[in-house]
Amino acid sequence: MSDKVTNIVLVGVGGQGILLAAEILSETFMLAGFDVKKSEIHGMSQRGGSVVSHVRYGKEVFSPMVPEGEGDILFGFELMESYRYLSLLKPGGTVVVNDLCIAPPSVLVGQETYPADMALKIQELCPDCLLVDGQNLAIEAGNARAANTVLLGAVSKRLDIEEKYWVEAIEKMVPKKALEVNLKAFQMGRGLK
Amino acid sequence: MKEILSGNEAIARGAYEAGVKVACAYPGTPSTEILENTVRYREIDSSWATNEKVALEVGIGASFVGARSLVTMKHVGVNVAADPLFTLSYTGVNGGLVLVCADDPELHSSQNEQDSRNYAKFAKVPMLEPGDSQECLEFTKLAYEISEKYDTPVLLRTTTRISHSKSVVNLGERTDQVREAKIEKNAAKFVMLPGNARVRHVVVEDRTVQLSKDGCCMPINRVEMRDTKIGVITAGISYQHVREALPEASVLKLGMVHPLPFDLIRDFAAKVEKLYVVEELDPFIEEQVKAIGIPVVGKEIISICGELTPGRVRKAFGLPENAQTTVEKLPGRPPNMCPGCPHRGVFYTLNQLKAYVSGDIGCYTLGFMPPLSAMDTCVCMGASIGMATGAVKVLSPEERKKVVAVIGDSTFLHTGINGLMDMVYNKGAATVIILDNRITAMTGRQENPGSGHTLMDDPANAVDFELLCKAIGVKNVRTINPLDLDECRTVISEEMERPETSVIITDKPCVLIKREGIFKAGAPLQVVEESCTGCRACLKIGCPAIEWIPASGKKGKAHIDPLLCNGCDVCSQLCKFSAIQEAK
Repeated sequence: MSDKVTNIVLVGVGGQGILLAAEILSETFMLAGFDVKKSEIHGMSQRGGSVVSHVRYGKEVFSPMVPEGEGDILFGFELMESYRYLSLLKPGGTVVVNDLCIAPPSVLVGQETYPADMALKIQELCPDCLLVDGQNLAIEAGNARAANTVLLGAVSKRLDIEEKYWVEAIEKMVPKKALEVNLKAFQMGRGLK
Repeated sequence: MKEILSGNEAIARGAYEAGVKVACAYPGTPSTEILENTVRYREIDSSWATNEKVALEVGIGASFVGARSLVTMKHVGVNVAADPLFTLSYTGVNGGLVLVCADDPELHSSQNEQDSRNYAKFAKVPMLEPGDSQECLEFTKLAYEISEKYDTPVLLRTTTRISHSKSVVNLGERTDQVREAKIEKNAAKFVMLPGNARVRHVVVEDRTVQLSKDGCCMPINRVEMRDTKIGVITAGISYQHVREALPEASVLKLGMVHPLPFDLIRDFAAKVEKLYVVEELDPFIEEQVKAIGIPVVGKEIISICGELTPGRVRKAFGLPENAQTTVEKLPGRPPNMCPGCPHRGVFYTLNQLKAYVSGDIGCYTLGFMPPLSAMDTCVCMGASIGMATGAVKVLSPEERKKVVAVIGDSTFLHTGINGLMDMVYNKGAATVIILDNRITAMTGRQENPGSGHTLMDDPANAVDFELLCKAIGVKNVRTINPLDLDECRTVISEEMERPETSVIITDKPCVLIKREGIFKAGAPLQVVEESCTGCRACLKIGCPAIEWIPASGKKGKAHIDPLLCNGCDVCSQLCKFSAIQEAK
């Protein structure tokens, strides 16, 4: 096992299932035999605020926070929040992002506008970017709320971890009644190029 | 067995393994999840107290009759619990007592950034500080041993990054205490009259000296020698950032941050060329190291404000920063009251009535945000009513009418009730609105004595706020439906006019309440496009479900997201053109 620590930053809006996705990632890495640390701030951000979670794994992990400019993968659930946190990603890092815009309060009331062409801007700054139609794929898998698992599937394809650990982690973390849909959603995400 | 646990989950597990019998707390971010996890272990009696002082008193009571007890709170909660804490330091314990205080560097969800290590020194109580979840579990168990061995309560300090970050933990078994809980009378130790307390003060001072000496050979205070050019003294999460940013540096990692193991520090200082202290918030270790005559660099290079990160440590030591992508400025995404939140109508009304709103701590603190913009002060839990009393003491009769205190149900029971008794007693002519949403919402929906359930999910008495207010002497008590804007306006303005204390209680629950049958969503609403004139009146309540669509029609139109709307109907009451109706 190399000494290199792999850094993943998950970003989005409170309520999108970011924390569960981060839990599944951490569980997968532990099952695969790595040291894992995960960090997030919740509390006020539960109420529709910006949410960021850091997951780091490797032989030995010290800080639970991804140092700025050292993120290997930015795992985004919403476009503007993904763009906001690009500074955490290393140059040439990978972006897997949900093709979705959620308007913040100032935009809802018409004081500001949602910035245009977010997806294009992310792709310009980070050419290694996969734009995922998470919402529609999740509906296809059987439940719109499984978009986070579709995205997780897409991220899993970019990490060198055996598939069985992913499945085991999902089986452990996802409630029984939603398991079938989530496993399907995961495979759909994993199948994306 | 290995599991990935947060610091809070690991502390709960540590308490379980240490044989703790009683756990008590008032919820406060980032400490809340500790009790939400001790409750999973049915061997521990877990409960929410009305405030931190009461929580500590419950823990003390259990300890004095021989059981191990756990008390948890956030940093500002220690201010509330400080009174019993300082004397508990003198009495010491019977069964071990551990008080967890969770600090919040960077103020992720707090009103100040105080450094609780000062409380350890001030109250003369040892403090342990874990640096990851494994240490959270181990240090909790060790804290009970120290507590009983040295006859002292032990503070376990965490920070948000420790409380809420997760790492791999090895679990152990529960050790059931040999000690049985039973009454043992010992007035000389447990009754702190001056004569007894004078004796105990000497014991406390000796204890601190002994702990400082013993700390030098405690394995949790450990020296890691690497390159001797740089030596760093650090503790807690800062240790992790130091290892990340300065992998070659020699480190003295302190697991006990009070009292400091001075001989160990002297020894370490002599082995390195240049000595640094890397710590968050106050120069707590630094000042004490300097006081024993050892030159050390600390706050000269590291800010006293805010949380450390690996990047900030790198910068402090002049190391090159990583290349970073810069992005243009974006609209912010602050937290917001939920769609259908029962507070929204009250704050809209207070804004319309141009009230001077004395605020408190809870979800409703968000009432200060535009467009509601209806909160003028916010200091600490339970302060809103006392502050309103102070304001009306000095304002002109005309200005006095504008003063309204708002306070949530849990916060009212925490320390607001004392303020209300004082307001009645001292004839404060202000209006108090108890925003009763039946739950402690801000910290994640915990039960409280107004909710009718305990933490262990047993049914409980629900405080009758109306009767309670009357019992403490409030003559004018009215209950309103906060989702009815006409009723809000009529009742609140009438009570504001009244030249004596009034209490208004709102009677709609939090939309996120977990128990079934408490909150019932209404049918989602929709904007009838032909009727919408684009007047923007509905936007004034700041509901996340209502969106302004500039492109639709010349002036733009409002749109309601049916997936977000909880059908509270407040927006339709603002629409003069009946354009907001139940969705078909």
